[in-house]
Amino acid sequence: MVKNIIDVRNLSKSFDISSKKPGIKGTIKHFFKRQKQSLKVIKDISFEIKEGEIVGFLGANGAGKTTILKMLCGLIYPSEGSILVSGNLPYRRKENFLKNITLIMGQKQQLIWDLPPIESFYLNASIYDIDKFEAKKRIKKLSVMLEIDDELFIPVRKLSLGQRMKSELLAALIHEPNILFLDEPTLGLDINAQRNLRKFLQKYNVETNATICLTSHYMKDITSLCKRVICVHNGSISYDGELDLLLKKLSPVKEILIVCRSNQDAIKLEKLGFSVKDKTRNEITIKVENNYIISTLKTILNNFDIEDLYINEPPIDEIIGKILIKKDYDV
Amino acid sequence: MNIKKYLKVYKKFLHTSLASELEYKTNILIDLITAIFSLIGSIFLLSIFFQNNDSIGGWEFEQALIIQGIYTILNGITNTWFNPNLTEIVKHIREGTLDFVLLKPIDSQFFISFKKITPSGFLEIMLGFCLLLYCIRINQININLSFLTLSLITIICSICILYSLWFFISTTTIWFVKTWNATEVLRSFLYIGRFPLNSFSFSLRIFFSIFIPIAFITTIPSEVFLGISQLWKILLEVIVSTVFLFTSRKFWLYALKFYSSASS
Repeated sequence: MVKNIIDVRNLSKSFDISSKKPGIKGTIKHFFKRQKQSLKVIKDISFEIKEGEIVGFLGANGAGKTTILKMLCGLIYPSEGSILVSGNLPYRRKENFLKNITLIMGQKQQLIWDLPPIESFYLNASIYDIDKFEAKKRIKKLSVMLEIDDELFIPVRKLSLGQRMKSELLAALIHEPNILFLDEPTLGLDINAQRNLRKFLQKYNVETNATICLTSHYMKDITSLCKRVICVHNGSISYDGELDLLLKKLSPVKEILIVCRSNQDAIKLEKLGFSVKDKTRNEITIKVENNYIISTLKTILNNFDIEDLYINEPPIDEIIGKILIKKDYDV
Repeated sequence: MNIKKYLKVYKKFLHTSLASELEYKTNILIDLITAIFSLIGSIFLLSIFFQNNDSIGGWEFEQALIIQGIYTILNGITNTWFNPNLTEIVKHIREGTLDFVLLKPIDSQFFISFKKITPSGFLEIMLGFCLLLYCIRINQININLSFLTLSLITIICSICILYSLWFFISTTTIWFVKTWNATEVLRSFLYIGRFPLNSFSFSLRIFFSIFIPIAFITTIPSEVFLGISQLWKILLEVIVSTVFLFTSRKFWLYALKFYSSASS
């Protein structure tokens, strides 16, 4: 049986936040007396993550995803509840715990700006107590996996965003951590760079059995990497389970695009009583519940002379968009 | 603490920060020229004060030059280590990059205090030493083992006090987020350290001994140089520097509990 590597029980976090009214009067008032209020950003959440799992944290901006990740890696002290990550209390930041984890943030960088990335890799290697020979071996292996072996000697400031992100990943993985916390790792990358990064993460997970906790606003990151998702809404967990199950629940219909040979056939089809999403001259798109796909197709193929036919899932972004604004999912 | 590992990491810090600085040759040249002119300017200012007086607060010009020498060494150390690293703490906290430091298996205070180095400060340190050697000659100071030991101890204590004060102020950024001005005020007070403490009024002497311990930073090491310091003053400097170092360390560890990281 696969053991739990992350165990979170009744976790809550509150921050003191000061608010300011607009205008000069508000600014002066804010300068002399700050209106502070305690804001509970994480509310009594519990979950477990198994070794080797890739879990995606979904939620709107400000839902609390990054705060959860930062508590899991020990950067922020929890206000209430308990967290155990590979048997450690993260906020104590013990050396053996820190050697097992890594945090990658798409919007922040740790590489030395004026020097080639290889200098930062060797610096990190010395911090993690990795000898030069072993560091060289790891840099070579990871740079081949990430396809950045040519960029190792170019100053960071001259690298493209994609190359920089890959270098950040290498710097964060040189100590071969078991648990990866990734906060928006593909932020700002082009489609090819995003795909390469996802391919790398998949490969890394398979080869090392590392556990990956990921937040991303690019749905492709979530759908291609994560079997399981945890949806966060206003600091609470609104869904924790398989992504496929959630998508089925949220999208019980498929779209069928039928290309008819004549405009008349398209009109006849429209009159059959299907839920029509769109219609142009001889093309008609209908929405059909998953259970009735086969029977509907039989009816169409038996009664109409059609030119072409496509069955499409509704766009994933549309479905995920629903998750971000809804509070509970009972799947 | 694994000393071997920390020495290895420090060697890497030296290498990477020197390599980063050497990327901008003109900047280094400007810094070097600034250091030389700054020392010339300071000595010129001191000579103006002594133009119509043989001594100020009991210190003659040749003796006051010792304080200038020690100040130049300390300013060099400030520019080499403290300025590039401790001013970065504010940036680390504001931008949330302290996250990367805290997640490394290394002491965070060591990391943020020693990661960078500005090589042009070395020139100031060397100029300070040259000035001190000149002062030893013109003041006919006898060099022996106890003189060297006591001088070294008091200068190290001065460095520790200066570092702790600066680090303490930078640490408050965790609560106040922006404290650039406070470190600038500290630097301005340090300029006062170029003059003998006795040249100030009684109330200012008390202020610069207790609240901002400038007296401990430059005057006591200078008195040791001239052989006029009392033992209790040296002992007091050692105690003050130890208390400052210990307190700044504890304060940093306490402050980290309140670190909330920047939002993404």
